[in-house]
This record gives sequence, structure tokens and C-alpha cells, in this order.
Amino acid sequence: MLSDNKIAARAAREIKEGQVVNCGIGIPSLIPKFTPVDKPFLIHSENGILGVGPPSSIKNADRNLIDAGATYICVNSGASFFDISLSFTIIRGGHLDIAFLGALEVDESGDLANWIIPGKYSPGIGGGMELAQKAKRVIVTITHTTKDGSPKILRKCKLPVTAKSCVNTIITELGVIDVTPNGLLLRELAEDTDVNTLFQRTEASIKLPDGEIPRF
Amino acid sequence: MIDKVCSIDKVKGFIKDGYSIMVGGFGVPGTPFILIDAVLKSGKKELTLIKNEANEDGMGVSKLIEAGLAKKLITTHIGLNRRAIEMMNSGKIEVEFYPMGILAEKIRAGGSGIFGFLTDIGIDTILRKGKGIVELNGREMFVEQALRSDVALIHASRADRFGNLVYEKSARNFNPIMAMAAKKVIVEVESIVGIGELDPDQIHTPGVFVDHIVVLERLTEEYKVLKHHVIG
Repeated sequence: MLSDNKIAARAAREIKEGQVVNCGIGIPSLIPKFTPVDKPFLIHSENGILGVGPPSSIKNADRNLIDAGATYICVNSGASFFDISLSFTIIRGGHLDIAFLGALEVDESGDLANWIIPGKYSPGIGGGMELAQKAKRVIVTITHTTKDGSPKILRKCKLPVTAKSCVNTIITELGVIDVTPNGLLLRELAEDTDVNTLFQRTEASIKLPDGEIPRF
Repeated sequence: MIDKVCSIDKVKGFIKDGYSIMVGGFGVPGTPFILIDAVLKSGKKELTLIKNEANEDGMGVSKLIEAGLAKKLITTHIGLNRRAIEMMNSGKIEVEFYPMGILAEKIRAGGSGIFGFLTDIGIDTILRKGKGIVELNGREMFVEQALRSDVALIHASRADRFGNLVYEKSARNFNPIMAMAAKKVIVEVESIVGIGELDPDQIHTPGVFVDHIVVLERLTEEYKVLKHHVIG
């Protein structure tokens, strides 16, 4: 949970003022609480909301107001409601600046797998494929390895993909890694780790930037 | 004056074995729980349900699924319904998944007199299997067919007696597009006013799409806030 918050806090710094972003379930859902209040931006939710605010308490929960993860929420000033068709017009039409997504696997080409483990986990597709394929930037926020220590950042995804070549940036508790035409490039390294640890816990090859590596 | 208001007792008579039924809602908001109960009472079977998700165990469309009345579910994600997942895995119900916006667009197309559309969503995935694929400007696209149904069950906040509808907050979701895409559209509403009492500029669904309006006397427990989804 500690590393989840660390990942979310770092991911929040990727948002620029005025952007429209979508935060998926899991770690991405923690991102809004780390964004500065003086940089207004809009959170989109697939179920038809632009301007998602903080989660509501039991006192002010509105039976008609949830986000796409089913959490009861408030909306911010300037919010709007719309139907699902329009909600995905925003996504597919290229009006969404960033999609923050979770992942089971992500690879060197920016392929993303996060929707199915054949024979084990197949709850459906939801809005993930459209977010992965059509958001202007896709940022994957994940713990660097699975609970049993297996790498999630692979040379090639083994699971069925959600979309190919869709990921721009991967943020984990160890680093910020950009997907470039020449493969994965480390942009920042966490304060409490070192390059060897990062390499040991990654199956994919990661290039290091020139000069001193910035820390977060 | 046109008056589409009808009694809830009539609804079960609108359902037949083998019908396809679109059901509005995304989670609790906008799910027409009382109309779903009427379908359950009808006991009609071999139904094809079309809904964003399967609600949660014991609620909404899950009641129809658990009672074995649905042979097929066309949906986007059923991760919050353990029972529906079990029934899918054991082959008790056929489940057809679409990306959420593609399901919405199939329904919107169905209601708009369009037979299908082209999209690249999912083109690089296992969804390719069995799909019609065409090439347009050098890119592969799926041919997605429009979707219509025999009946649509809709929940709205307010209506007038012609069937002009107003939804509330995130309870709009699939309701407006499903209200366009069925042979018979049945709406349950929390309050009703006379014709002319809704501001024409504020109407979300024009009454032309609506066949029957059921005015809810009270909201049952299912409409209330689900406490396990309150985290603030």
C-alpha cells in the first residue's frame, strides 16, 4: 500500500494544468489525491462524467452518482454528465490527454496486457481497450513485480494484449520508464533504490539516460 | 392528450420467451430494478439480456441470470458479479463481451437506422477471432453490426405523460441510447408531470422513443447507496 501511494504520487506529477485525464481502478484511482489544487484539470469517468471529484462519505453519498469503478463520488465545479456513447466519443475522438491504467504485463514495444488471464480471470473488457488505444498518452502505473516477485515489465507480453504499442510511460515504485522507438528508457529512479535492483526485477532491457539519473 | 402511463402489472405481459431485452444502468444508478422484477415475475425464459454489467450478486439483472431465465448476456464487464462469472465459467449462460464504447455505439447505431460501423478498437487482440474485417485507407477495421432489441427497460428521474425524459447525474449512462434501440420501450420514473411542465431545453430523451411509462410509488432497497462502495 505504501508503494501504491508512492507510485500514484509520482504519476500525479505527469498531469498538466487543464488536461483531461482518466484514472482506472487500482493504483490509478489513488492519483487524484496527490494532485495539487492550484493546477486544475478534469477527471473523466467512462460512465458519463467529466469533472470527477473526491470520493463521497456515507453522509453525502448520492445514489445517482458513482464513477466507473462503482465508488460513490462528488463532482467538482464545472462538471458535466452525459451518456456512454458521448463518453467514448471523448476517448475515441482523441479528446483525452492521459489514461492512467493498471497492467498485468507491459513490454518493450509498449504492448499492454490487463484484461484477461485465459482460464483464470476473464471478467470482461470494460472501457480499457478504448482508453489504451485512443488516449493521447497512456501511463501504466504498477508495482514493479507481482506479489511473488515475478517481473511485470517483459520483453514480450505473454498474456493476450489489450492493445499493441499503446503505452508511453511506465511508473513503478522503482522508476519512471518511457517507451521509445528504441526501447525502454529510464527517465527517473526512486530515491530508495539503485539501477541494479531495477535491472534484477525487470525482464525487459532498459536503457539508462546520459548523465546523472534524476531521482524521485 | 397522449398519456403513456401504465400500471406495473401490465409489464410482465410485454415479455415473451426468447426476447432480447436491453436494460439501462451502470451499477445501481439508472438500473430499472422494479421493471427487472416484473420480468422476473413474468417467468419468461431463454432471454438475451443486454446491459453494461450484470449488476452485483442478487441484484437487478443478476436475479434473472440466477433464476436461469437468461440464455445469453451481451455486456462489457461482469467483474462485480461473482455468481454471473461462475455461471459463465460453468456454461450456464453464454456471455458476449464488447469494449464498452463499442457496445454503446452498436446500440446507438441500432436506434439510428444505421446497420453497422467500422472501428479499429480491439483489432490487435484476440477479439479478431471470427470477426468481419475490412481494409480502409490501408488500415484493418472490424465491421461492427448495429444492435436492436425487442424490449428496452429504462430508468429515468422525471417524465411527462408523453414520455419526455430527464435523467439524474451518472444514472444517464446507457439509458438514452437503449431508449432509441428497441421495438418496445418501457420506462420507470421517479416522478411524473403533465405535458408542458418539463423545460424543452432540459429534456434528455424526447418522448417519441417511449412506449410505456411506469410511475414508481416508492424506491426499493436496491436503489439505495451500496455502502461497500463508499470509501470517502
